[in-house]
Amino acid sequence: MDSILKTRNKRNRVKEWIIERLLFLSAIISIFTTIAILFVLLNEAFDFFQQVSPIDFFTGLKWTPLFQPQHFGILPLVWGTILVTIIALAIAVPFGLGSAIFLSEYAPDRLRRTIKPILEILAGIPTVVYGYFALTFVTPLLQNFFPEMIVFNALSAGLVMGVMIIPMISSLSEDAMLAVPQSFREGAYALGARKHEVILRVVLPSALSGIVSSFILAISRAIGETMIVSVAAGSTPNLTLNPLESIQTMTGYITQISLGDVSYGSLEYTTIFSVGLTLFLMTLIVNLIGQYIAKRYWRRY
Amino acid sequence: MLLKIFKKNREGIRRINDSILYALSLIGIIIGLLSLVVLLYDSFSDGLPWLSFQFLTSFPSRFPEQAGLLAALAGRVLVIGLTALISFPLGIGAALYLEEYAPKNWLTSFIQLNISNLAGVPSIVYGILGLGLFVRALELGRSILAGALTMTLLILPVIIIASREAIRSVPNAYREGAYALGASQWQVTRKIVLSQAFPGMLTGTILSLSRAIGESAPMIAIAALVYVRFVPSGPLDRFTVLPIQIFNWMSLPQDEFRGLAAAGIIVLLAVILGMNSIAIYIRNRYQKRMK
Repeated sequence: MDSILKTRNKRNRVKEWIIERLLFLSAIISIFTTIAILFVLLNEAFDFFQQVSPIDFFTGLKWTPLFQPQHFGILPLVWGTILVTIIALAIAVPFGLGSAIFLSEYAPDRLRRTIKPILEILAGIPTVVYGYFALTFVTPLLQNFFPEMIVFNALSAGLVMGVMIIPMISSLSEDAMLAVPQSFREGAYALGARKHEVILRVVLPSALSGIVSSFILAISRAIGETMIVSVAAGSTPNLTLNPLESIQTMTGYITQISLGDVSYGSLEYTTIFSVGLTLFLMTLIVNLIGQYIAKRYWRRY
Repeated sequence: MLLKIFKKNREGIRRINDSILYALSLIGIIIGLLSLVVLLYDSFSDGLPWLSFQFLTSFPSRFPEQAGLLAALAGRVLVIGLTALISFPLGIGAALYLEEYAPKNWLTSFIQLNISNLAGVPSIVYGILGLGLFVRALELGRSILAGALTMTLLILPVIIIASREAIRSVPNAYREGAYALGASQWQVTRKIVLSQAFPGMLTGTILSLSRAIGESAPMIAIAALVYVRFVPSGPLDRFTVLPIQIFNWMSLPQDEFRGLAAAGIIVLLAVILGMNSIAIYIRNRYQKRMK
């Protein structure tokens, strides 16, 4: 009897041990994923940098890998990404913050509970749909105001990307503002403050870390956004300040090359990895800044 | 006297400022809601005339009247189905480990940091990862399996984050009660934590899968632009998916194909809405039971 219990105990202990290892393995996949991303990107980018010097790549002003004479300067693609991101933020930051203020400070509870799911729907719409919207609705609309504007341009892609990001900024900023204790507001009212003074001088400063990190998440989202720019922004790498012109972003270039079945190992094939590496590093830096701000300035009330 | 006028004016300005901020915030919310309406109207008015039974059951074609999205629909279902099979157990396992087993040490916090960073990596980078790792290095080719593995890596961080939240909502007293009755750690994890948190995990997974359905960028890197005129039958077949087919039609110059793209968008939105409703249904049923 005693020995049966003992062997059963031992078997159970082995089982417990195996299960813990299995669960550990599924958790550690995330580390392997990061390693795999770095390895794949660096490995192929290394092949690329044997043929193109990194100095030319990171400082070159021309990006023409697909036709002669070939130039591999990534700055036009980086600039395209930055230009679209700036336009998107110019839309998403004011309107996103405005809708967060409305939901958290003005809207009655019932209205808030109706509007929030609708904004969640907006956030869940696939980006290819936004691309269609940019191409078939926003561009023709803008052409009424700017007749010289061509079909594929940075402006409509950026505007629509801004609309796409509004729900994200709105919901994250609203969470931050809802976390500000009611007593802060009541204290300000007791001192004779009006509603806009309470919002602008008490609520927003208290929620600042959450609001700023929502902006930074939005930047990272805009940098990595692919389909809207692939559909609507065109495919001409272009160092221009004019948003009415056709441009290309890093993500747009990767899509353009991926659509064709490029042969494995060719220089064009390795360019998507070197561009991908640049994109990965840019979003990583932005994300780390966001995490730092959220951690450094985060206060629990 | 002058001071009085000044004071009165100041009050007036403050009152005006009050209305200005209210108006601005109202504009913010209206812009968001309005764009949803316009976006849906734009797709539906273009696409509805093209939506038919034949559209759902035909293969792509050079002739817009005969084109359909059967192959893309089938490819999408197969990739997402396979993704669900792989990612659900892995995501739950990782979440259970992090919440129930993991010791508080540098490795655990490194894993957590990793997961939150991975959630911020652009989806096209996962596409390149899949292209380099699954399509080339593991020689799976541009297959459904390579697509599903790529999608798994993409949505795993989201599933883990959602599942951890579900686990955290299980009251600690339940665990302590089970331990007091002599249950082992795995028995507690499986019979108490997992069974209580399961609906929450399922909801999170379905929601992330419904987002995955609309993902185009990583799928373009894996599947490329191909003319698929068959329903894929095995995990190693080539495939195309709904968003790629829509993207493809959109990039053709003829207006008819724009209409097809819009009709494809309606189907895509319907599938996503359907999956979200299932997730919300599960969540509501579970919440009722908890009461």
